[in-house]
This record gives sequence, structure tokens and C-alpha cells, in this order.
Amino acid sequence: MSNWLIRLGSVLVALSIFVLWQLVTQAGLVQPIFLPSPLSTIASLWRGLTQGDLLALTMTTMERMFYGWMLASLGGTLLGGLIGLSRRARYWLTPTLELLRPLPATTLLPIGIALFGLQPRMLLGVIAFGAIWPVLLPTIHGFSAIEPRLHEVARNLGVSRLAFALKFGFPNALPDVVAGMRLSLTACLIITVVGEMVTAQEGLGTTIMMAARSFRSTDLFGGIILLGLVGIANNALLALIERIATPWRAAQT
Amino acid sequence: MRATGIQSDGLALPSQIATALCDLVADGEIYLRSVETVAPIAIGVLTGGTLGLLVGVWLGLSKTAAQLAWLSIELFRPIPPVAIIPLTMLVYGIGIRMEAAIIGFACFWPMLLLTRDAVTSVDVRLFEVARMLGLPRRKQIVKIALPAAAPRVFTALRLTLGIALIVAVTTEIAANPFGLGYAIISAGLSLRPDVMYAFLIWLAILGWLLNVGLTHLHRRLFGATAGEASS
Repeated sequence: MSNWLIRLGSVLVALSIFVLWQLVTQAGLVQPIFLPSPLSTIASLWRGLTQGDLLALTMTTMERMFYGWMLASLGGTLLGGLIGLSRRARYWLTPTLELLRPLPATTLLPIGIALFGLQPRMLLGVIAFGAIWPVLLPTIHGFSAIEPRLHEVARNLGVSRLAFALKFGFPNALPDVVAGMRLSLTACLIITVVGEMVTAQEGLGTTIMMAARSFRSTDLFGGIILLGLVGIANNALLALIERIATPWRAAQT
Repeated sequence: MRATGIQSDGLALPSQIATALCDLVADGEIYLRSVETVAPIAIGVLTGGTLGLLVGVWLGLSKTAAQLAWLSIELFRPIPPVAIIPLTMLVYGIGIRMEAAIIGFACFWPMLLLTRDAVTSVDVRLFEVARMLGLPRRKQIVKIALPAAAPRVFTALRLTLGIALIVAVTTEIAANPFGLGYAIISAGLSLRPDVMYAFLIWLAILGWLLNVGLTHLHRRLFGATAGEASS
């Protein structure tokens, strides 16, 4: 009962923020060009979704983000497995990876543009490559942190390297992989939006940039709300994946 | 590349990059650009981070407040910081204020959540003792909650600074014609790959130094084991 009350309370707090927002705009405290009222924003959002092409643009952005995420997750897991299982590869590659890691993923955009020019595939590549780091590094750790005795047992039982990677390595690294994929999806969304802004590819990023440049602030806020919704949907999806893939972990938290 | 004689607008010889880097250091442009990036980071982290810290301490101390704020946080936090680039551009135009605002927004959330968790995880018994000894509420916060949560708050600060650097460079690449991010993309677009890679290397060094420096500081302040519980 009290739990239910608290839920209700938190809904009320969130609602009151929107009411405050409405009141501030109605009282004319802020110019509507900078802060349109929530009602007109929602009206514009609804118009854009039902009559305009806002829905299609959202889908384009999400599609790009998901493809990038899939590529990054797959690449990160495979590479991470290869590097994590081989001590020599780890020894040779870790310093390079550590040096590259602090570089913001968005700096890949100028490189991508310089090397491959403005094309959709370049953007997808940049998203995938930029979002690979959060998967790659935990995966390497997950694969390399296998109990040494399991190595010995597997060798004595004549388990092949591939079978070892699949049967011992992957389950051991799975929590790290999933945690990495979580960060990776957030990175994907950010790189996708920035990438669209910079390369002017069709999508939400370009849409809100154009809205701001032409002072259509209701459209701009609508776009920001949509991107927030994409973020919320991502979080929900990841919580679900985490529950399915690593149930023992979800039970702990 | 030298061996095959390939001409490229996207790649540069390592020797050319080194020369470009030396030139940038010699004429001081690299420092100018770095300051243009660091200044909004400092302002953004100070404002957004401090706000996040205060709200985080509050939510960490009061369970009711934390539960009531839960939905609002879950609604606003997933907004990617880059989504408000156009908004800040509209409000502030281009320049340091716009970038600082985005960095502040980006830093507010992790600081809030991590501080909240840090304060929540302070041993309840410490507060019980404080209450028994009749310590007023304000002193409880200053003398118990903050010192006990300090190591984890510092971890939050480290993480936040990393995010701030990323957001700053991203903003500069996407919209704000200042700083290292803009230097990188404008060099790339004006077909000077050597300058672009020189700035990239400089940025990597800065990021690495920031991380190493903060990790070191963390150890100095909170002992040898303090830096390990984070990533």
C-alpha cells in the first residue's frame, strides 16, 4: 500500500514539473522561442508524428543506432574473446587499447569523413567503431579472468580451443559483455545523433538541428522529447536483456 | 604510404603528423584550443556537478525524497546530452556559455546518482550515533555523511570529468566553433589530415593525463585501495 502511494507521489512530482513548466510559459517569464509551453510542444509532436514524417525520422535514427549497436556488440565480443583468450595478444594490444580508449568516440567522425566521405555507410561504421570500446574492454577482462584451473581441466579433457571459448569463456564473460552492451547502446545513441547533425543525414539529429536554426522551438522540444523517449526505451530494453541473459545478477540488485 | 607513394586526403605520414604537432606547439595554437575546451569543462563541471552533488546528498539522506524524485529522474536522465545542443544554441548562441550548459547538463545526472548512492551506502549506525549524541542535522551532513561518502564522490567526479571532456569535444565537433573538437573537424574538412591527427593525438594525451592524474590524486587522498572500485 505504501509502495503504491510512493509511486503515486513520484508521478505527482513529475507531473508538477510539467505544470510548473506550463505556468512559467503562461506567465510569460520566458520567451516562448526559448521555452515553448508543454501543451504546444505536445501538440506539435503529435502533429509531426501523425501527419508529418517525425515517426519515419525516429525510425531511421533508431534503425541506425541498432545496426551500429549490433555491429559493435558482435565485433566487440568476437575481438574481446580473441584478445582475452590469448595471453600474447593481450600483452601486445592492451597498451594500444588503453591509449585509444580515452579518445571521445565522436572524434571518429572527422576521421570517417576525411577517409570515406559523407555517406550513410561511413556513419554506420563510425557508430559501430565508436561504440565498440565499451563492449571490447569488459569482454577482454571477462575472457581473461577465467579460473586458471578450468584451463587446466579443459586441457586435460582434450577440449578444443573453440569449444573452450564457447563453453567456458563466453559464459564467464557474459555479465561483462551485457554490461558493456549497456554502455555501448548509450554511446550508439549519442554518436548517431551527433553523426546526423554533422553529416546532415536524415534523422532526428538533423531534424532538431534544423528546428533550432529556423527557430521552430516547439519542433525542437518535440525532437528532444522523442530522443528522451528513445533513451527510456533503450534502458527498458537493456534491463530486460540483463534479466534474461544474466538472471543471477538481476536477482542481486 | 611512403613506400607505395599513395596520395591521400584522409591519411598522413607519421612524420608529417609529428611535424604538424610540433608546429602547433610552437605557435601556441594547441594551447589556445585546449584552453577553449578546458574552460567550458571547468564551468560546466563546477555548476552541473555541484548541483548534482547537492541534490544527490539530499536524495541520499532522505529516502522519501529519493522515492518521490525517482520518476522525474528516470524521465529526464535518458535525454542524451547531445540532444540539447540545438536548444542551447538557440538560447545562448555559440560560445562558451552554450558549451558549459551542455556539459553541466551532462554532468548533473551521473553526479546526482553516484552521490546519492554514495550517501545511501554510508553506514546507518553512524547516523544513529550522531542522533544519540544530539548532533544537529547540518553537522550530521557536514561531519558524517560527506566525509564517509567522499571516496565514492571523488570516483563520481572522476567519471564526470571524463564525460565532460567527451561532451565538450562532441559539442565542438557538432556545433560550437571553438576548442579542440572544432580544430579536429575543421582540419579534416580543409584536407589537412596531418593537423587533424596531430590534434587527435594531443587530445588522447590530454584524456590519458586527466585519467592518470585523477587516479593518482584519488590514491593520495583516500589510500591505496580507493581507486579500484571504479572503472
